[in-house]
Amino acid sequence: MSKTLFDKVWDAHVVHTIENGPQILYIDKHLIHEVTSPQAFKELELREVPLFRPEQVVATADHNTPTKNQHLPIKDELSRKQLTQLSENCEKNGIQLYELGHKYNGIVHVMAPELGITQPGMSIVCGDSHTSTHGAFGTIAFGIGTSQVAQVFASQCLLLTKPKSMRISVNGKLRKGVLPKDVILYIISKIGTNAGTGYFCEYAGDVFENMSMEGRMTVCNMSIEMGARGGMIAPDQTTFDYVKGRKFAPKGDEWESKLEYWKSLTTDATAEFDKEYVFEADDIEPMITFGTNPGMGIKVSEYIPNRDDASFEKSLKYMDFEKGESLIHKPINYVFIGSCTNSRIEDFRVAAEFVKGKKKAENVIAWLVPGSKQVEQQIEAEGLKAIFTEAGFELRQPGCSACLAMNDDKIPAGEYCVSTSNRNFEGRQGQGSRTLLASPLLAAATAIEGKIVDITKHLN
Amino acid sequence: MEKFISLSSTAVPLPQENIDTDQIIPARFLKATSREGFGENLFRDWRYHKDGRLNEDFVLNDNRYAGEVLIAGHNFGCGSSREHAAWALSDYGFKVIVSSFFADIFKGNALNNGVLPVQVSPAFLDTLLNTVQKQPETKIEVNLEDQYIKVESSGDKAHFEIDSYKKTCLMNGYDDIDFLLSKRAEIKLFEKQQELARVSD
Repeated sequence: MSKTLFDKVWDAHVVHTIENGPQILYIDKHLIHEVTSPQAFKELELREVPLFRPEQVVATADHNTPTKNQHLPIKDELSRKQLTQLSENCEKNGIQLYELGHKYNGIVHVMAPELGITQPGMSIVCGDSHTSTHGAFGTIAFGIGTSQVAQVFASQCLLLTKPKSMRISVNGKLRKGVLPKDVILYIISKIGTNAGTGYFCEYAGDVFENMSMEGRMTVCNMSIEMGARGGMIAPDQTTFDYVKGRKFAPKGDEWESKLEYWKSLTTDATAEFDKEYVFEADDIEPMITFGTNPGMGIKVSEYIPNRDDASFEKSLKYMDFEKGESLIHKPINYVFIGSCTNSRIEDFRVAAEFVKGKKKAENVIAWLVPGSKQVEQQIEAEGLKAIFTEAGFELRQPGCSACLAMNDDKIPAGEYCVSTSNRNFEGRQGQGSRTLLASPLLAAATAIEGKIVDITKHLN
Repeated sequence: MEKFISLSSTAVPLPQENIDTDQIIPARFLKATSREGFGENLFRDWRYHKDGRLNEDFVLNDNRYAGEVLIAGHNFGCGSSREHAAWALSDYGFKVIVSSFFADIFKGNALNNGVLPVQVSPAFLDTLLNTVQKQPETKIEVNLEDQYIKVESSGDKAHFEIDSYKKTCLMNGYDDIDFLLSKRAEIKLFEKQQELARVSD
C-alpha cells in the first residue's frame, strides 16, 4: 500500500494499537524546558515512578531567561526558582541539561537541530507547541501538554489517535524579497487558523525543495498557527548536508545505514491525502499581519479587508486599525528579530544585508535576540554584530524573549511591534502590546525607516 | 483524576472566537511550578484593566452569570500548548467547555485534567449562547455516559462525540499514565526490536 511521508514515520513508531481507540506511539527524543516540565517531574515523584529513559531526554532553559547579563544571578525570584528547579530535576534524574550560559544553550527548537539531536525519521515531542519546527527534517514532531510530558517521562510513549493527513504544495519560484516567513504567513492567511486542526501537514513543491533548512524550520514552526499539530518536509540532500557532522549526528557506518533509511522517507507517488492545497509562488509577496491571530495577514502592499463579524472587529479595535486601511507608513517604535521562528543565522544575515551602512530611525527600539549561543557566536564571527551595533540595533543574549514576554523583554501597552515571532495574540508581547508579524527583512526595514514600508518597492 | 459522569449547571457565555491560551492564562503567570492556583488569573487581562481595576464589561465579572459550564466561540484553546490553560479553567471551577470547535492540544490537555470539551454544531452553539444570554438561570445538563448536552428548560438537545477510550478514562477517573505503565513490557519489546533491526543492518 502506498504511504505518505507521515504514514511511514508514524507507523514505524507504533508500539500497540487499542481496538477502536488510540495507539501507543514511541517517542525517540523528548525535549524539555523550565516552564512546562516542573509539574510533570512532581507528578512522577508523587506516583513514585522513576524516569523510564532519561538518556532520551534533553533539557534547555529558554522561555523564562533574561537576555541581558546572563552571567549574573537572575533578579526575578519566580524565574530564578523555576530555573533552579529545572537544574535540580535534571540532576536528580540524569538528564542532559544545557543550562543558561552553557555554550549549547538556546531556544529548544534552535539548539536541538543545531546539535544534530533532531534527525530525519524520528519522533520528537516537547511541552511547547512550536515543536512542529523539527518537522523540517522529516520527523514527526509536535507539542504536548504537561500531563503528556509526565507520560513520556514514565513510558517514553504517548497515547494518540493518528491525525489525518494534508499536503500544501507551493510551486514555482519565489520573488525577490519574499522569505520563508512570507510563505507561511501567506498560507495561513489563505486557509485560516484552524484549517489544519486534526491534521499533520506535509509541505511539498519547488519552493520547499529549494529552501534552506533554516527556511524549512521557519515554515514548519508555524504549522501550529493554522491548527496543525505538526508539519513535515521530506528529507533530501539539503537535510543530509545540514545534519552531517553535527555533534550528535550519526557517524561512520551508522551514518551510511541511517542515510539509506532517510532516503526512503518520501511520500509515495500514489499516496493520498485527506486534504490538499496548492499555491503558486508567484502569488506570494512580503506579508504582514494586522490583527490578533496569525491568519489575519495581508501582503504589505494590500489594504486591511472589510469583514463584518464581531471577533474581527474586536481584533481591529485592539490593534487600533480601521477596515480598508493601508499599513504602509504606519509609525512603529519597536522591532523584534528573534524567536524559534526567525532567530537562526540566516535570519540575521538577511537583516544585516539590508541594515549594512544604514542607521535605525530615532524613534525605534530594535532588539535582536539570537536563538542560541552558537547563533550568537556566529553573528559575531561573521561580522554581523558590528553592522547591527553601528546601525543602533541592540544585540541581546539568546532566549525566547519578547516572543512571549515572560522575562523583562516586554513591548509597552499600546505600542506596535513589528516582530519576526509567530503569534500576534492580544498582549502576547506584554500587556496591551500590539504585534505585527513579518519576516526579518521587513522587520529590519521597519527599524531603519521607523515605519512600515513596501519592501518590494524598496528593493527595486 | 476526578471522575466525570454527568452534571447540571448554569453556564457562562463567552461568544468570542479563536480564544487562544495566552488569553486564558497570560505567559507572565507561567512561572509557578505547581498546578494549583491558576484560576485566580484565568482570563486575567480580560477580567481586569491594566491598572488592576475589575473590568465590569467582562462576563466573569457579571453577577448574572456563573456555573460549571463555559460556552465559548469557535476554535477555543488555540495557540500555545500550555496545560496551565486547562488548570486555570478547572481551578476556577469549570468542568465543561462547550464550543463549535476546539484546538487539538487544548482538547487533549482538558481531557487529561477531567475537564470535558463538548463540541457541538455552530447552530446548537448559537442556541445555547442565545438561551443563556437571555436567561442566565438556564440549567445545562451534560451527560457523558449517554453523550448528550441539553437545555433543561426547553429540552433542546445535541449529541456529542468523544473517543471511547477517553470516555472510559473520564468516567472512571483513570489517566494515561496508569495505562502506559501497564504496557511497559510491550514498550521494552518494541525497543529491543528496534535495536535488533539496527544490528542486522
